Amino acid sequence: MTKEDLLTTRLDSVVGFIREKGVHWCLKYSLWPLPFATACCGIEFMSTVASRYDIARFGAEAVRFSPRQADLLICAGRVAIKMMPVLQRIYQQMCEPKWVISMGACASTGGVFDTYAVVQGIDQFMPVDVYIPGCPPRPEQVIEGVMAIQRMVEKDGSKPSWQRGDGLRMVAEPTYNVTVDGGDA
Amino acid sequence: MIEHLQARFPEIEFSPAALLGRGDEPGAQQCVRVLPANLLEVMRFLRDDSRCRFEQLCDLTCIDYLNFPKATDRYGVVYSLLSISLGHRLWLKCFVNDPDPEVPSLTSIWAGADWMEREVFDMFGVVFTDHPDLRRILTWDGFEAHPLRKDYPLRGRGEREDYSVVTRGSA
Repeated sequence: MTKEDLLTTRLDSVVGFIREKGVHWCLKYSLWPLPFATACCGIEFMSTVASRYDIARFGAEAVRFSPRQADLLICAGRVAIKMMPVLQRIYQQMCEPKWVISMGACASTGGVFDTYAVVQGIDQFMPVDVYIPGCPPRPEQVIEGVMAIQRMVEKDGSKPSWQRGDGLRMVAEPTYNVTVDGGDA
Repeated sequence: MIEHLQARFPEIEFSPAALLGRGDEPGAQQCVRVLPANLLEVMRFLRDDSRCRFEQLCDLTCIDYLNFPKATDRYGVVYSLLSISLGHRLWLKCFVNDPDPEVPSLTSIWAGADWMEREVFDMFGVVFTDHPDLRRILTWDGFEAHPLRKDYPLRGRGEREDYSVVTRGSA
């Protein structure tokens, strides 16, 4: 390795260190959510923000209802096609870098509402970074979703969303052994 | 108050039928058939007559009798009237058919019929003549069908997929 190579790599690693441990660290622990709550998942989001399941521990306390001031759009609840232009406009009005969580079964796939008016998953019409399953998801699941966003932010947080691609493509596995028995069917 | 109705409009055949609600005395809620041609007159009488005095139109909805056994007409527009001062209820049904189901609008008598008739138009396609603003209220612009008809599938005919897509980075 020549002297120039060494300087370049050391500069890269320093810049990378500052970016990851400095800028991205600040970004990930200060995500400001925009709860686009249309239905029951909104209530579950409210309980996540409340004191027992406190999402403020993870920095996402400043809930802002204006897209200009938020960077994490949490779409909680079923979205009708009539509401879709509103959701798209809100997404487009957010400033980069921005992330989208699709919370609950209805926002991810339409849930139980397989009808003519409900969008079968908002990812049909707008980009989504993290899907949180559940009907409604437990607050712990919502926090896990926000933590998944934080892992994404840590890796490439200050890149705008079109440079980020498809995210980390990971599924959160439970860390304990899950035994499934027949139950009382 | 069906006797008052029959006395005032002897030429109309009302065929009253009793509806049983839980906790009602028998005969407390009656349902009466009206033709669309007589509808406005009958409704105005029901609202204004001192023995009837139905000040409130509680509900205005529609039933699609397609494939219903023993049904003669397709759409039954149902009106639910309540008299607050005298304390009685009345249900009326007005039957119309395809093609071009048309019923006179009750907005001149009860202003609350406005949005209820828009909903019936949106969901069933029943046109209300003389309605001030008959357009879709629950479905979105560009939606063509009438969803609560019995021959419309639950999942729709692809209208919910037909929308513009926003990608990352589009502003």
